[in-house]
Parts: sequence; C-alpha cells; structure tokens
Amino acid sequence: MEIKILGAGCPKCKTLEKVTREVVEQNGIDASITKVEDIMEIMKFGVMTTPALVVNEKVEIKGRVPSADEIKQVLTK
Amino acid sequence: MEKIKKIKLIASVAVVLPALIVLYYFLQPLVDYLTYGLIGLNADSHLGAAINFFIYDTIKILILLFLISSLMGLVNAYFPVDRLRIYLTTKKLYGLQYFFASLFGAITPFCSCSSIPLFIGFVKGGIPLGVTFAFLITSPLVNEVAVAMFLGLFGIKATLIYAISGILLGTIGGFILGKFKLDRYLSDWVKEIQANSERESEQWEIDQTPFIDRLPIIIHEGWEIVRKVLVYVIIGIAIGAAMHGYVPENFFTEYLSADKWYAVPLAVILAVPMYANAAGIVPVIQVFVAKGVPLGTAIAFMMAVVGLSLPEATLLKKVMKWKLIGIFFGTITVFIILLGYLFNLIL
Repeated sequence: MEIKILGAGCPKCKTLEKVTREVVEQNGIDASITKVEDIMEIMKFGVMTTPALVVNEKVEIKGRVPSADEIKQVLTK
Repeated sequence: MEKIKKIKLIASVAVVLPALIVLYYFLQPLVDYLTYGLIGLNADSHLGAAINFFIYDTIKILILLFLISSLMGLVNAYFPVDRLRIYLTTKKLYGLQYFFASLFGAITPFCSCSSIPLFIGFVKGGIPLGVTFAFLITSPLVNEVAVAMFLGLFGIKATLIYAISGILLGTIGGFILGKFKLDRYLSDWVKEIQANSERESEQWEIDQTPFIDRLPIIIHEGWEIVRKVLVYVIIGIAIGAAMHGYVPENFFTEYLSADKWYAVPLAVILAVPMYANAAGIVPVIQVFVAKGVPLGTAIAFMMAVVGLSLPEATLLKKVMKWKLIGIFFGTITVFIILLGYLFNLIL
C-alpha cells in the first residue's frame, strides 16, 4: 500500500503524518508513507484543502486531521 | 457504524448539548459561587473581580467556540469548498459570485496553510481572480474563532456588525480588484495553470455518507479547533482580566478616541505587523473598548490583525508577484480604515 500525506508543512500536516505512521505501525500494515510538500505535486491531486491523506493515488481524506480510528478504517478497508 | 455505537453517540449528544446550553445560561451565578463562595475571594477587590472575570469568560468562550466550530463543520460537511468551486464555475451568477465566494470564505474554517492550494484550485477551475480574492479576503477575516470571541466578549450586535461588514468587505474588495487587470502580476507558473484552466463540467457528487456517520467527525473537528486555540484563549483572557483591574478608565482615549482623525489609520497600521490570532487579541481589544476606545476603531484594529498578516503575505509570494501582494493588501487596508471611520460615525 502506498500512502501519501499532502501538505506544505503546516502543523496539521505534521500531525496527520504522525498519526498515520502510528496507525500503520500499531496495526502492522504493510505500507510506504511519503510526505508530499511540493505545491505543484499537491495540486496534481486536485485537493484545495490540506492536509490530505492519499492511499494508492486516491484522495481519501482532505482538509482535516482524522482520528486514529478513522485512519485505521481507511487503511484496512 | 454498529448499532450500539450509534445509540451511544445519540445519547451523548442528547446529554452534552443541553448541558452545555444550561451551563452557558447559569454560568455567571455558578462562577460567582465558585470564586466568592467556595474560594472566598472578595468580590470588591481587583483580584477577586479579575479572577471571576477570567474564569467566567474562559468557560463561556470555550462553549461558544465549540458550538460555532461544530456548526461550521456541519455546513462544511454538506457544502465543502470543492462544491463551491463547481458552483462558481458552472452557474451564471450575475455578479453575485463575489458575494458567494466571500460568504464561503467566512464559513469555511480557515487554515493559512490551505490558502495556496485554494488559490490554485480556484485559478485552475477558471474562476476569475477577483472572485478568488473575495474568498481570500474574508477567509481569515471572519473565522470561527473571531466570531466566538466577539460573541462572548462584545455580544451579538457587535458580532453581526463584524461578520457582515467582513463579508461585504470581501465582496466589494474582490469586485474592485477584479476590475483591474491584475492577472499579469501572478507568478509565471500560476499564469500557465490559468491559461490551461478549464471550466468544470462535472456535477457535484453528493456524498451519501449518512448524517449519523458524519457527526463524530464534525464533533471531533470542533473539539480540535477548541483544543488548538485553548492556550491562546486562556492567555488572551488572562491579559484582558489583568488589564481590566489595573488600567484606569479613559486610559486610551487620549490617542485613540473618535474625535482624533488619525486614530483609525493608526490602529490599522499598528495592527498589520501583529500576527496574533483572534483568540489572543479580542480580550485585549475588549479592554480597549471598556477603557474608552470607540468600537469602530477597535473593529478596524481587529480586522487588520487577523486579515492582514505578514506570514500570509510571504505564503502568497509563491503564487503572485510582490506588486500584486502590495495591491491586494493595500486595498484591504484602505477598506478597513474606511469601515473603521464608518462605524465610528454610525455606532
């Protein structure tokens, strides 16, 4: 599974990255996590509100920091 | 969601929401009892009054902030900014698009880190620069934190004046900026995006998630906003409470009273380099007003603090040239000053 965290480096984006990493680790999910900070790259996903969570090139959550439970649901569905 | 979770959720909302409202209405006697009764402070002393004021205002504002953030979250769950973009690009709105963009700037929770993606998203969708500016002006100006703080400290009338004039400022400012040919001052890569922009033909895909499944997310978001500004609310109100007791009445009137013509521009110019968030600044402004500064000057100051920030200017540098940033900020500054004069005349 390929996870991308979109965000130009605001506190919310960092929180999302941290929570996602925790969820992946705790649940033993096989995934690579990359942080996308370049604005041009972010715009390719068509999101207008950051941070955003992208799983296998699909935008799952945008504009907010979801709870660990929600991330887990998205990653394990 | 499983049934048991649903029932739990409904039950807790049914308990917590009325409890918050009851607490809000009986807060003053409760805090009086706590500070003067239980702790035994003297109600006539500076210290007693300041502590009472501090506890009362903090709790009141946190309740308001949570309720308003959740309400805005609710609106946004059903009308997110993506939907606004499609709406603005596909409907003929006869000038009302400036107003809609501005209104949505007001009700979307603002995070300065989203302003660039939003800007590009609008440009990419072929939305005219003026309409984009209307959104960009109002978004930081009227936000959930500012509204909650105003409501808690100045009451409903001042809050309405603040919110409505903020939305009008965005509408008119965007309209006027749109009249000038400013597109040439965009950064080159943004111009390229603009040239390749396409009017979206797609329909808004209605998210079928049932309300009950969205509710926890909305409440969680509301709570996150409260948590994030909590410390600023406390610091701001603590400073306000301290100043209340110790700054003499009419302290500021000498420099910032209504009959001094330079008071409004001075307040606005002083505010531009200040990058305080609304939570920290409103309690201090409230003291200013209590000590003799007219409300119009105070509102102008507040608008300049949250609406014109240097960090935002540097962020915008990525998408526009300095000249455009200057024109953008200059226009808003002039409008805020005019608003300040207007309020001092009519309030």
